[in-house]
Amino acid sequence: MKAQLLILADGRFPSGGHAHSGGLEAAVVRKRVSDLDSLRRFLIGRLYTSGLVGAAFAAAACADPGSMDGIDEELDARTPSPALRLASRRQGRSLWRAAAVVWPGPHVTKAGAVRKGLHQPVALGVVAEAAGCTPGESAAISAYHAVSGPASAAVRLLGLDPYQVHGLIAALGDDIDRVAQAATEAARGPAADLPAASSPLLDVSAEDHAAWEVRLFAS
Amino acid sequence: MHPDDHGHEHGPDETPHTHPHPDVDPHAPLAESGTGQRAVRIGIGGPVGSGKTALVAALCRAMADDLRLAVVTNDIYTTEDADFLLRNGVLPAERIRAVETGCCPHTAIRDDISANLDAIEELEDSLGPLDVILVESGGDNLTATFSKGLIDKQIFVVDVAGGDKVPRKGGPGVTAADLLVINKTDLAPLVGADLAVMDRDATARRGALPTVFLSLVEDPSAKPVQEWIRGLM
Ligand SMILES: Nc1nc2c(ncn2[C@@H]2O[C@H](COP(=O)(O)OP(=O)(O)OP(=O)(O)O)[C@@H](O)[C@H]2O)c(=O)[nH]1
Ligand SMILES: [Mg+2]
Repeated sequence: MKAQLLILADGRFPSGGHAHSGGLEAAVVRKRVSDLDSLRRFLIGRLYTSGLVGAAFAAAACADPGSMDGIDEELDARTPSPALRLASRRQGRSLWRAAAVVWPGPHVTKAGAVRKGLHQPVALGVVAEAAGCTPGESAAISAYHAVSGPASAAVRLLGLDPYQVHGLIAALGDDIDRVAQAATEAARGPAADLPAASSPLLDVSAEDHAAWEVRLFAS
Repeated sequence: MHPDDHGHEHGPDETPHTHPHPDVDPHAPLAESGTGQRAVRIGIGGPVGSGKTALVAALCRAMADDLRLAVVTNDIYTTEDADFLLRNGVLPAERIRAVETGCCPHTAIRDDISANLDAIEELEDSLGPLDVILVESGGDNLTATFSKGLIDKQIFVVDVAGGDKVPRKGGPGVTAADLLVINKTDLAPLVGADLAVMDRDATARRGALPTVFLSLVEDPSAKPVQEWIRGLM
């Protein structure tokens, strides 16, 4: 068992994620998600689109952290929403802050020079490598977070039963594994060929959300 | 994990990994605390509506002329407090940042402080050296306190309208804050709060740590708090 992997995957690891709902707040306020069933559909949609892309980029950055800049540029090209670019880079910066103390090393130091932050999945891959994780493990953490982040936001925003929500996450376990596996395989090729699955509604509603006067989550 | 806590034996076949270097500091300026190299960071916490934003506004008005100030707010609903400060023109907009907290200001000021550190870093990058940064937490509860990784000193603001039992109830904010402010003393007669009781209980809970009474209505320059802050510099 790899303790470092568990530390990095733990939702309590202080990497800024608690302030982000992964698009769930916008979906709740626009009445697209209101209960367990609609949450389930939201999570599956997110997992197989931006979740897959994030996991592949995390695996790629973990396999070759020295190429973080080029990999980051490729992910920028796959992130059309300025609000999501900002949210992703902020979370990448937050993760770096924690890693600079917990798992310092040359690549983590280099990531710190990017003041606006690397995209979150790229930062995750770089940090995971410093922690001694494999690309496959990086992809698994990223795919899991693609689901667990919005799920915990749903507990706060909708007051859903936390046991049932975790039952839902557990029931998606095979999907999370499948996405992580596909992401790891995709990351073996050149960065330009990494997956580019998109979720236009998440992009559009992220822009909408960023303009609200009253909101609970940063994204 | 604290850099000092990682000591362990290395097994022969473990995965190669790195350890925190004791000299690494992710928020490097903190190391220069007290040397005049960087701003003193002051956290302002306390229950909902106790007067934290009103105190921040008063301090800005009273100190902006001779000190380089900036403010970070942590609100439950994004920018309410920052908007109040902007509307009242206590500081130019570029000196105020609002941090979004995902429903939980106490998480953002204690357990996962990265967004606040980002906001401070951005303020220092864009404004140059500062003397004082005030970090307001959104009103939370009596247990919400700031991480020492985020701030140097913390002020806990309670008000007499919450009842004269509040200091007696204790909690880490009341017992451990570097300064306890008991605000809205002008309301004491109206709510039947006994200031002498609050003073006695605060002393019992806090030992030698200072407590000040304040009414921002009667003392809009928050004189005792201002003096305490100036004393830190
Ligand atoms: N009478 C009286 N009212 C005060 C005093 N200080 C603040 N207030 C009022 O108390 C109300 C709440 O003050 P805020 O400064 O918004 O309180 P807060 O602690 O920032 O509130 P949250 O950020 O929502 O937790 C406002 O209407 C203030 O005008 C005081 O000394 N006396
Ligand atoms: Mg306030």
